[in-house]
Amino acid sequence: MSTNTITDIHEKGLFKTLRTDNWWLYPGLVVFGLSSFLIYGFWSAWQADYYWYSAGQGGFGGYLAPFYSPLLFIKEGVEGAAPMEHSLFGAWPSWWPAWLPPSPSLLILAVPGIFRFTCYYYRKAYYRVFSGTPPACAVGSLPRKGKEGYKGETGLMIVQNVHRITMYFAVMYIIVFFYDAYLSFFRGGELGIGLGSLLLLGNPILLTCYTFGCHSIRHLVGGRMDCYSCGMMGEVAHNNGKIVGWLNQRHEFFAWFSLIWIMIADFYIHMVSMGNIIDPSTWSF
Amino acid sequence: MATRKFQIYRGDNEKGEMVNFETEVMEGMVVLDVIHKIQAEQANDLAIRWNCKAGKCGSCSMEINGKPKLSCMTRMNEYKPDETTTITPMKTFPVIKDLVCDVSWNYTQNKRIKPVKLAPESKTEKGYVMYQKDVDRAQEFRKCIECYLCQNVCHVLRDHDKKDSFVGPRFMIRVASLEMHPLDIEDRIPELKNDFGSGLCNITKCCTDVCPEHIHITDNGIIPLKERVIDRFYDPVTILGRKIFGVRKKKLPPLNP
Repeated sequence: MSTNTITDIHEKGLFKTLRTDNWWLYPGLVVFGLSSFLIYGFWSAWQADYYWYSAGQGGFGGYLAPFYSPLLFIKEGVEGAAPMEHSLFGAWPSWWPAWLPPSPSLLILAVPGIFRFTCYYYRKAYYRVFSGTPPACAVGSLPRKGKEGYKGETGLMIVQNVHRITMYFAVMYIIVFFYDAYLSFFRGGELGIGLGSLLLLGNPILLTCYTFGCHSIRHLVGGRMDCYSCGMMGEVAHNNGKIVGWLNQRHEFFAWFSLIWIMIADFYIHMVSMGNIIDPSTWSF
Repeated sequence: MATRKFQIYRGDNEKGEMVNFETEVMEGMVVLDVIHKIQAEQANDLAIRWNCKAGKCGSCSMEINGKPKLSCMTRMNEYKPDETTTITPMKTFPVIKDLVCDVSWNYTQNKRIKPVKLAPESKTEKGYVMYQKDVDRAQEFRKCIECYLCQNVCHVLRDHDKKDSFVGPRFMIRVASLEMHPLDIEDRIPELKNDFGSGLCNITKCCTDVCPEHIHITDNGIIPLKERVIDRFYDPVTILGRKIFGVRKKKLPPLNP
């Protein structure tokens, strides 16, 4: 029999654990997934061109890369830019700093970005991998120094409470994305379908599943009530709770699925617009 | 039957050692069986707290290969025959002896929570009136067996030792069960934010992962409470709504369906 080992049962420190399983696998995958998304997102937003494709045809219809939607302003004369009639507020503003590319994406990514950043699921994911609080269950956290030590979401991270507010705006984005999907089924005013149409239709559907599984929405549509037998509103809240609850239980799945899908859809539109990929569609027959 | 190796913590809160044991493990044995076998055959003074051996009393909480578990519900066939299984007491609480912890801090937290205050207008000759769909949510939290595995794994208590400012997941769901009670008219939201430390939970969901009763502690308990705190203190829409329309009186289940 081997010798016994003296141990400090309360020993603390980053990554301290007696776990013998592959606890590092989940944080590893999250680092890879979130880093990939951030790198791609910055790359896409920084491009400022090739975000629109309508095969050179005017009229109603075309593919708009989701990272660029909605188009608040459009810079004319840029390769692969959308026609000016798709701009909500017209031509590119003169006050835009010259050192920043004239990318419509940079104007609109903040809201969905903050919505995802403050999402209860993503909080779990990135707190584990980027702040080590904790890296995994029963694995030592990154020690916090200072007078108060660990503050959780009472210090700087109190900002997480804006999730509710960004949720109100995120719902509006879904409407915009459904309009983009509708737009993608037309080219030069002619109804049709292409692979890009399917990608742009899948995007708002998955975003709907993700957004309406949000804990904040679940709270507002039924969770804040305590009496479900109280008249019609109670009944509605109870039924809402069942639907949103079903989505909420799959929040992690839809968080990742919608994230990967929007990335693929955006990349695909860029590639088609640049001419690197031929979009299979009914319009090319 | 096969001989398996174990390392079991022997000692108190100040000092201790991982003591090596080898014993025969038979098919169907759980970790608690192994501990009892070692206690009977090799270490009569090995301290272990247990009671029902059916996963319902919440007494035999410990850490097996570093994971917080009920030893009576952890089968030995979860582990490879050639690996050494480590068995240690819960890390978050003071060790009394060997695998037995002093969990009395938890009882003091329970006492801090305002008890249920039932609406008097809901009382009839037959008793208080409420309906199944009103209590579905809160009933999930009533499954809690108070094993304190969630309290043990919560890094706020385990690593950051915030026992003075965070009541822990078990008592967050206790507050949730009261706040969601259809007849309760008490208000615990201010102390939830200021005294019980709802803001210290960062939703990493380890409490949910280790719960032997599979209670969705974070998703169904803590997050809804955080949302109620946001309603009260952070959401400008709901704050403005209260300013304009006033604080709405809690609706109570109808006395006659």
